Amino acid sequence: MLRMNLIRPYGDTTGDGMVQLSFTLPIEHSKVAEGAAVQLANKMGMDPALVVHAKPMGEGFTFFVVYGRVNHLVDPSTVEVVERDFPLLTPKEANAAIKRSLRRRLVVVGGCIGTDAHTVGIDAILNIKGFAGEKGLEYYREIKVVNLGAQVSVPQLVEAAREEKADAVLVSQVVTQRDAHLLNTREMSAAFREAYPAAKRPLLVVGGPRFDETMAGELGVDRVFGRGTTPGEVASFIVHKLARSKEKAS
Amino acid sequence: MATTKKPMRKPSSQLGIDKTDVRRARTLARQVGKPIVDLAQRHTTVSVERATLRLAGLGGADPDGTPWVNRLADAVRADVGLEHGVSLPVWDALLRGEGDDLLTLAQKAAAGSVTFRVPEGKDATRATAASRKAVAAGIKQIDRQRTAREKMVAKVGDAPSKPWIYLIVATGDIHEDIPQAQAAAREGADVIAVIRSTGQSLLDFVPEGATREGFAGTYATQENFRLMRAALDETSRELGRYVRLTNYASGLCMPEIATLAGLERLDMMLNDSMYGILFRDINPIRTFVDQRFSRQIHARAGIIINTGEDNYLTTADAIEAAHTVTTSQLLNEYFAKEAGLEDWQLGLGHAFEIDPEVPDSFRLELAHAMLARELFPDAPLKWMPPTRHMTGDIFKGYLLDGFFNLVGALTGQGILLVGMMTEAVVTPWISDRDLALQNVRYVMNAAGKLHEDFRPAPDGFIANRAREVLGESIDLLEEIKADRSVPGEPPLLSAIADGTFGLMKRPADKGRGLEGVAHKAAGYYNPATEILEGDK
Repeated sequence: MLRMNLIRPYGDTTGDGMVQLSFTLPIEHSKVAEGAAVQLANKMGMDPALVVHAKPMGEGFTFFVVYGRVNHLVDPSTVEVVERDFPLLTPKEANAAIKRSLRRRLVVVGGCIGTDAHTVGIDAILNIKGFAGEKGLEYYREIKVVNLGAQVSVPQLVEAAREEKADAVLVSQVVTQRDAHLLNTREMSAAFREAYPAAKRPLLVVGGPRFDETMAGELGVDRVFGRGTTPGEVASFIVHKLARSKEKAS
Repeated sequence: MATTKKPMRKPSSQLGIDKTDVRRARTLARQVGKPIVDLAQRHTTVSVERATLRLAGLGGADPDGTPWVNRLADAVRADVGLEHGVSLPVWDALLRGEGDDLLTLAQKAAAGSVTFRVPEGKDATRATAASRKAVAAGIKQIDRQRTAREKMVAKVGDAPSKPWIYLIVATGDIHEDIPQAQAAAREGADVIAVIRSTGQSLLDFVPEGATREGFAGTYATQENFRLMRAALDETSRELGRYVRLTNYASGLCMPEIATLAGLERLDMMLNDSMYGILFRDINPIRTFVDQRFSRQIHARAGIIINTGEDNYLTTADAIEAAHTVTTSQLLNEYFAKEAGLEDWQLGLGHAFEIDPEVPDSFRLELAHAMLARELFPDAPLKWMPPTRHMTGDIFKGYLLDGFFNLVGALTGQGILLVGMMTEAVVTPWISDRDLALQNVRYVMNAAGKLHEDFRPAPDGFIANRAREVLGESIDLLEEIKADRSVPGEPPLLSAIADGTFGLMKRPADKGRGLEGVAHKAAGYYNPATEILEGDK
């Protein structure tokens, strides 16, 4: 039964294990270079490996495309992912849930912190325009959105969260050079921990294309959202968390 | 204006566009733009004043890294305000023997041992003459660099064909950027752009020296400019074609960066009239004042500007917002010409950003690009590749970039930013760049002359769409012209405050850098402006 879960890459026949790979080696194109490419593919577990394309690129570099078979099996049953652990709500349902549990509008403060000027992510979630056919949080009648935009400092963010009495703080990070997204997020969560007593702290949510969704605990935030997250998912998560903590409190 | 009277090069429109509509659009752009120019002329900013000091030769920074131009301008402002400009108080102090030169004066001013005053009578006349002489030397240097560029292009040769291939480097470390830029040039780039560190646009000073750390880009500094230009000169001679260098005159220090670009012979600068307002929340008045000065410098330096219309399409829908691109191009053209730039210096921006899932997306892209080409027949135009709809699917992205290149070939774009299939995945690898250049070469080689055969059907989808976008653009300009929501302000400022562009509301009394704006007093004097406006 268990073996049913084990799979291999599929080229055109079940179990053929075929994969494709491209890379560049810092070596002039030659027969030796092609042999080196095969050697790399072999070491990566491709056997047999076939160099289908080799082309000089710049001085002293060669680009390769390699096709080959891998013998590895993968077992999806042992894969760990963060599955959505909250119900997905429509804007209407989210609005109703906020009315029911908070009896006031829910306040969300968002922005890009640090030097990150890429507002694409935060705007996709917050702007009424939205993303992937879903309207952004500004569209939700029961959510008040304060979008601070780009290059917001952590103290500014904390200040705005206090001033607006934010229920949730959304931070988007696109730039990942030198792990800026991780450093900034840790700085942000530490600042909120310092500025608020634990029970009063707003919900901290970060998102960006290069985040690992399993890192929430390590980064000190309540949730990490990766690439392709829609506004509806973010709204549903916030509503779910806040409504539940409200119920716990009462 | 000369711009509206200039005859179109091509006698008849391929798109069936009525000449009176084009005239109407330009007239509206002028009517909307003129009050902004008047406003800009009534104000100065800290960065305009610091740029003037840079032209007079003041560089370097104190031990904390604060540039001497900032220290000196701040000291003057603390004593006599900014409204007279810094030139008269500074050269008056020099004439009074407060310092042997600008650097000594700046150091003494920073230590608090100089008191500035606004000179009057004969003292003012003397300070005027002395400051003009000092600033003229800087402008002379810009002129020399322009001549040096012309000579070098004549000697080593120019880029072999249009469009110029534009590639980006962005490591954060100038000493990493240099070999990458040289490699990119050898691979075929005609233009190298060094992306700036993302934080720089909001710094109210220009960092000093060669820098090795930046976020998603390298700081724009005079020394970095100099190092990169020298390296590309070497590569230009090696390749037998002049490789152009691009940076960003945007953000709070736009006038100073433009000045440094002129002094160090950069060839193209990103320089949009409204980008800083809309996307960086920089105060509108600060931006327009800084814009005008920086464009006057670019005009003088023979620098080609690149405007940022592609940005509208990265935040708004590329079909719905198509007319905002045209509107912005018309405004950018007006502001550029007013500042003295010529058609060949206008790299007006546009981009291939329509959702590829939309039916006829390619025809729509072609219509928009052809419209830009027809409206601005003598401008190089800068064609920007898809970014929004580039997913991790590099194979699909490669095809999309091919179609982007095809539109570029069909519409005679002057500057083509090479699209990377790994957009939104990684900063380009050596193989990504090579594959991207192969894509461009294949399309240009296979279809580069297709425009000789291709005519859109006179009443077909493409021609109709182009006319529709121009019509919407005229409507938008009419709407802006009629905007009186903030009484007493130029309508364009009201429109920006309303959120007319990109849904971002930017009131004229808010935004970063407002504290660095001053209303000029009656005795205001700036030798740079006088020279730039006087002896064209």
